[in-house]
Amino acid sequence: MSGSAAPVLAARGAALAFGDRVLWSGLDLDLAPGEFLAVLGPNGAGKSTLLKAVLGQQPLSAGDLLVDGRPPGRGSRSVGYVPQQKSMDAATPLRARDLVGLGLDGHRWGMGRRSAADRRRIDEALHAVGAADYADAPIGLLSGGEQQRVRIAQALATDPRVLLCDEPLLSLDLRHQRAVSEMIDRRRREHGTGVVFVTHEINPVLDLVDRVLYIANGQHRLGTPAEVMTSETLSALYGTPVDVVTVHGRIVVVGTPDHAGGPCEHHEQPVDDVRRPVGSVAGAGR
Amino acid sequence: MNDLFSYADYGELLGLVHNSLIAAALLGVVGGLVGVFVQMRDMQFAVHGISELSFAGAAAALLLGINVSLGSVLGSLLAGGLIGLLGVRARDRNSVIGVLMPFGLGLGVLFLALYKGRAANKFGLLTGQIVSVDTVQLGWLVSVSVVVLVGMAVIWRPLTFVSADPDVASARGLPMGLLSVAFTLLLALAVSLAVQVVGALLVLSLLVTPAAAAFRVTASPVLAPLLSAGFALVAAVGGILLALGGSIPISPFVTTISFLIYLVCRGLSSHRVRAGWGRRGPVAAVDDGPALALR
Repeated sequence: MSGSAAPVLAARGAALAFGDRVLWSGLDLDLAPGEFLAVLGPNGAGKSTLLKAVLGQQPLSAGDLLVDGRPPGRGSRSVGYVPQQKSMDAATPLRARDLVGLGLDGHRWGMGRRSAADRRRIDEALHAVGAADYADAPIGLLSGGEQQRVRIAQALATDPRVLLCDEPLLSLDLRHQRAVSEMIDRRRREHGTGVVFVTHEINPVLDLVDRVLYIANGQHRLGTPAEVMTSETLSALYGTPVDVVTVHGRIVVVGTPDHAGGPCEHHEQPVDDVRRPVGSVAGAGR
Repeated sequence: MNDLFSYADYGELLGLVHNSLIAAALLGVVGGLVGVFVQMRDMQFAVHGISELSFAGAAAALLLGINVSLGSVLGSLLAGGLIGLLGVRARDRNSVIGVLMPFGLGLGVLFLALYKGRAANKFGLLTGQIVSVDTVQLGWLVSVSVVVLVGMAVIWRPLTFVSADPDVASARGLPMGLLSVAFTLLLALAVSLAVQVVGALLVLSLLVTPAAAAFRVTASPVLAPLLSAGFALVAAVGGILLALGGSIPISPFVTTISFLIYLVCRGLSSHRVRAGWGRRGPVAAVDDGPALALR
């Protein structure tokens, strides 16, 4: 992760505000190839909005942003995007391989057949995330963990320089959280893909993270986890006493205003990672 | 004993409904293909809403003595345009449709009440009149079908992306609004075809049921539209062929065939889910061991 290579993502004095409400400002960031950046902060702090800015969906209020040396453009192949896991309709007429294929050519007009090269690429992407076994299964019948693997294959099919992940572990059980984050880790090590990983829970990826961008109250701190995840830094950021304690290697933040009375970095109850039968209502039986 | 069904002069009758059979086959293909996206985008209610305004347009044309097909197309496009513009999000869309639909139906009833012509014309708009497709009307149906088929072919892949996976499609910069409006207009044209053939009340049997049946038995993005179009075609053409021998209108035959196909597909799908779909071992652990040291 040396600073010598050109950054895959660079921000200079970047700011984003809606009217008077400043989400973040004065953001200076160089994301090196293969670097893993976790973006943390309370709900509404502007974590996802940062991803939108990189995707070219949200213009900055001030400053500059360069993605792979160019201003953010809609539909850039340099950027891969992994959304939150959302259960897809069980009757969606797409197989896992088709979802990956749409990541490759879904923007092209028409309905022509995919080239052999594209089909090979799709197979490789599925294989790389261990999803080859269910490549031909309907996407709506896959479990949440399986769907997230397919989504990572989809995001990586265009061989992006930057991979944006918006809470990709949400609603996955611990085993799948681990598998999915290690898949992302392997990719950035082997291909030098820069990773921007938005999450409200750093622990599942704590040992993978190079740097943390913590956004709160219209301000931010950028540094290694050891620098940012401290009582002093977060107390200054929130403007109120916050305790950061380490319990069995897990970081627990206590006393942030948005989670008064409890640890802030808690996670939703793990959801049973079961395959849904056709016709079941999403969410039922959980 | 059989005054409902008589197939004595069947060959002769077939010659008379030549145009209708072509119209039904076309409608089947168009309805089945458009239906795939109706299903993926949850627009079943929009189909119903558009068909009521299409009915109002056709009734107005009947009253004014102009081309009924033109009236039906204009009514449909107006409804499709309003739904496309005002209701990009699903919840807005449903309330816009809920508001438009009774208004359109009310207008249609008013126009029919004012119309002094043949009663069969009135009834046909609601429940179907395919047996009376003349050459002029067939020309209309063919032209509109071609427009819909070409339009669908152009937007097919991006529309699949935004319908199945809107979050990622939007992140990839696809023109969501444009695709939504374009599809709604094509859907409106398809609905106006169906209104003229099976009637406003039964449009869903050709634009919703076949695709819903196809989705039960395949997840292949190639096979699903083909099956859906095939099912709709069988229902529409089969409905005419059966109706010819009797005094019952064609609509009940079309809707029944469509429904039976759906039931069979449901049966097949429950078998298929029990049998498992796709071979999978236990989720593989990532090979290169757990915890990587913090650098």
